[in-house]
Amino acid sequence: MGVQLLLEHLNKPEINTIDGYIKQGGYRTLDKVLGKMTPDEVTEEVKTAGLRGRGGAGFPTGMKWSFLDKSTDKPRYLLCNADESEPGTFKDRLLMEKIPHLLIEGMIVSSYALGCRTSYIYIRGEYMFILRILEKAIKEAYAKGFLGENIKGSGYSLDLYVHPGAGAYICGEETALIESLEGKRGNPRIKPPFPAVSGLWGCPTIVNNVESIAAVVPILNMGGSEYAKIGIGRSTGTKLISASGNINKPGVYEIELGLPVEEFIYSDEYCGGIKGGLDIKACVPGGSSVPILPKSLLFKESNGNPRLMSYESLSEGGFETGSMLGSGGFIVYDEKQCIVKNTWTFARFYHHESCGQCSPCREGTIWLDKVLYNIEHGLGKESDIDLLWDIQHGIEGNTICPLGDAAAWPVAAAIRHFRHEFEYHVKYPHRVKDDDHVYQPEMNYTTA
Amino acid sequence: MKVTIDDISIDVPPGTTILEAARMIGENVPPTMCYYSKLEGSGGKCRSCLVKVTKGSEKDPRPMPKLVASCRTNVMDGMEVKNTTSPEVLQARKSVTEFLLINHPIDCPVCDQAGECDLQDLSYEHGLSKSRYDFKKRIFDLIDIGENIQMHMTRCIMCYRCVMVADQLTPERVHGVLNRGEASEISTYIQKAIDNEFSGNMIDVCPVGALTDKTFRFKSRVWFTKPVYAHRDCKTCSGKVTLWYQGAEVLRVTGRKNKWHEVEEFICNDCRFHKKNTEDWVIESAATISRHSVISQNLNVYEKPVIHKKLQEKPKSE
Amino acid sequence: MDVQFSQESINEINRIIAQYPKERKKSALLPVLHVVQKETNGWLSVDTMDKVADILAIKPIEVYEVVTFYTMYFTKPVGKYVIEVCQTGPCMICGSDKIVSYLESKLGIKVGETTSDNIFTLRTVECLGACGYAPMLQIGEQYYENLTEERIDQIIHELGSTYSDKY
Ligand SMILES: Cc1cc2nc3c(=O)[nH]c(=O)nc-3n(C[C@H](O)[C@H](O)[C@H](O)COP(=O)(O)O)c2cc1C
Ligand code: SF4
Ligand code: FES
Ligand code: FES
Repeated sequence: MGVQLLLEHLNKPEINTIDGYIKQGGYRTLDKVLGKMTPDEVTEEVKTAGLRGRGGAGFPTGMKWSFLDKSTDKPRYLLCNADESEPGTFKDRLLMEKIPHLLIEGMIVSSYALGCRTSYIYIRGEYMFILRILEKAIKEAYAKGFLGENIKGSGYSLDLYVHPGAGAYICGEETALIESLEGKRGNPRIKPPFPAVSGLWGCPTIVNNVESIAAVVPILNMGGSEYAKIGIGRSTGTKLISASGNINKPGVYEIELGLPVEEFIYSDEYCGGIKGGLDIKACVPGGSSVPILPKSLLFKESNGNPRLMSYESLSEGGFETGSMLGSGGFIVYDEKQCIVKNTWTFARFYHHESCGQCSPCREGTIWLDKVLYNIEHGLGKESDIDLLWDIQHGIEGNTICPLGDAAAWPVAAAIRHFRHEFEYHVKYPHRVKDDDHVYQPEMNYTTA
Repeated sequence: MKVTIDDISIDVPPGTTILEAARMIGENVPPTMCYYSKLEGSGGKCRSCLVKVTKGSEKDPRPMPKLVASCRTNVMDGMEVKNTTSPEVLQARKSVTEFLLINHPIDCPVCDQAGECDLQDLSYEHGLSKSRYDFKKRIFDLIDIGENIQMHMTRCIMCYRCVMVADQLTPERVHGVLNRGEASEISTYIQKAIDNEFSGNMIDVCPVGALTDKTFRFKSRVWFTKPVYAHRDCKTCSGKVTLWYQGAEVLRVTGRKNKWHEVEEFICNDCRFHKKNTEDWVIESAATISRHSVISQNLNVYEKPVIHKKLQEKPKSE
Repeated sequence: MDVQFSQESINEINRIIAQYPKERKKSALLPVLHVVQKETNGWLSVDTMDKVADILAIKPIEVYEVVTFYTMYFTKPVGKYVIEVCQTGPCMICGSDKIVSYLESKLGIKVGETTSDNIFTLRTVECLGACGYAPMLQIGEQYYENLTEERIDQIIHELGSTYSDKY
């Protein structure tokens, strides 16, 4: 294993309890930071570290913090985004389930940097069992005086609560999350204003992913400049990758950014290769929203260099030949998987999760779902493929929030790289039907 | 602040949206299906008013990466915007129109809104001639929201305007948006009449025929009626209305709509539903009709969409 | 009809309300609905929702709007155990379809239905954040992962046998 900053103590005894956590050096940053460093110094440290948001967009965290409107005397809020619902992503869950205190420690020092008196962790409702774990851990932290009034005599006070969602992927979008926390439907807000100016209850608000907040702890422990040495180029530090699909060892791995994709898939330290000794067909490297990459583009960039697990390398070549690191939901498909069917399940997902406010997403996602259903079930027409292209094009970039793009991109990429599979489906509908849409070796897509 | 839209410049006060600036110029205005200047927080949803910002401002001249909703984007000094001169904008508008229509019943022949429907205008100006949607259209159970207002959810385009009317003009909102995504609907959830002094304004703000006046239902077609401005002394509202005559009979009372098809002042239900005799009113003059209404063609006063000369050449498509 | 909640639920509701500023009681809506739904047989009737509106001092329609938006609230009666099988891409490629059909034939119901004895309701859901341990399903607060047919037999037996010999 390479550097482990977040999961280093994953398997230590009782790491889920506050004492077990402290034994491994937990909560050290409180002594180092509270009352000793100014909030701006903490933000500076995060900036120096080059930490980029781990929730999907990869926006520099320190920079985001510096946008927080400090000119008003309204309270400010830090919201931790634990909505984790992007298909293929399950890393935040591991962190919260196994090492809840790492997140709490991160929340304390981050809230300190932002000058928050109250902060919330917004967790998806289906993770109710993790909410219980977090609430128990928070109770422990209060008992130790790490939360509440005058933390460790520093004069800094913070209250921390966990707020459950109730089943809506869209509540991962930061303004929908805020609406949901306010007890409303998860309809994303129309921006501007941005949350940093007017967020929760109209107050300046920062929303950060679980992993981003957890990463603040090692950054403060080792110093921003040390953290920045890990990783590659502007992709600093480590990243949790949720590996799933047809691999031998699915699970969550902490990697140093810059690890070659090929090594990640085939090394026994990580995914351990494709299940059943099959060949790999494709991979979605950053959660269901990002473009799928066929094997031919997965291991090499367009310039022939090996493709690496980093923000830059995975997006090299734009959408023509690249993809995105996204949330780190790494889904691997073996040679027997049907790309059309997979694309349909994603389209169904976005149809199911659209909030319904804006017309391109509300109507476009159901249309994509229906057309893909038809193609997958042997009811498609040849013109449907171009129609799909037009629909996704009509959604992309025209919506209120990025869910529209997230619905469009996987369809576009599947058609771009696997058009032959779509053509096979519409040319031989009876075969698709008879095979119960399971891939058969004799279905030679390329010559069909 | 100076803003340039499709090569026409205008000075506007800070805080003006691109759409309002375009309305001030008065030509070539992006279509609006959800924005309503009199309803706070409206707009941003339908995406029919998308425009391209090719220059952010004098200070930061970078173009905006995506098309923006002109109704919810404030102008910056020196901003340059492309509306109908951008093929990208026209393409997006075409897509939005298509999306709005795929599940719309297109039952204009039996719809009271026909002739003054914003969706008809939009599809006429930006739509395709043929539907590419091969599936059954979405249907909803008809619900009864009281004796004055008829609701047809299938025609709704989710502009949220009626919800805002209820929030902003009436004491207690009893209807709202239920379910989510494509299944979203305007409803009271439980069978309940939407009944209060200002509920009738929901009819006027509805851009389509989802909310229509039951007291006018099927009485006539809009284009056979003659609109006349009138007023009365009303304790509840301004009492300034448009009466819609057929012969000597007042078939319908509505708020007065301006050029952008928005009512100038909201009126109360008493004026709208219960004052249908000429004696109730002081007649002012024949109404000016916005080009949104087909009757403007009958009267031969149809205000054609004015398109700036320079813009009349069709932009090359992408 | 007036709905009454147990003292335990009321305490829990008050604890939740205290997490938000006084004038922001509405923020407690989602967590309070979770507490209440648990108590009212797993679903929310109009009376229950109205009662919640009353407790949080909001309009009933604000509760209906929220309840119908989120997938975890039910507005119709459901079985004692709601089985929710994930069917999104990563689970699908690991065989979630087979899990669904196995459950359908085992329980003798289709997706969306409840067994006649009201013990099990079968639903399909979208990604639950367990893609690496696919196929998976959720019942109540519990995740069941790396499913096989034997494992399903075991789960159904564990939960159902107290109520009926059928399982
Ligand atoms: C539809 C949608 C869903 C999202 N879901 C999540 C999520 O589940 N978890 C998350 O951390 N970020 C999610 N995001 C990204 C957030 O909007 C936001 O960018 C992120 O929480 C910022 O945190 P970060 O800067 O620490 O990454 C989602 C965004 C969109 C548009
Ligand atoms: S893009 Fe989709 S999810 Fe986002 S606001 Fe529009 S309808 Fe809602
Ligand atoms: S009018 Fe601007 S988005 Fe609807
Ligand atoms: S796809 Fe099933 S849990 Fe993620």
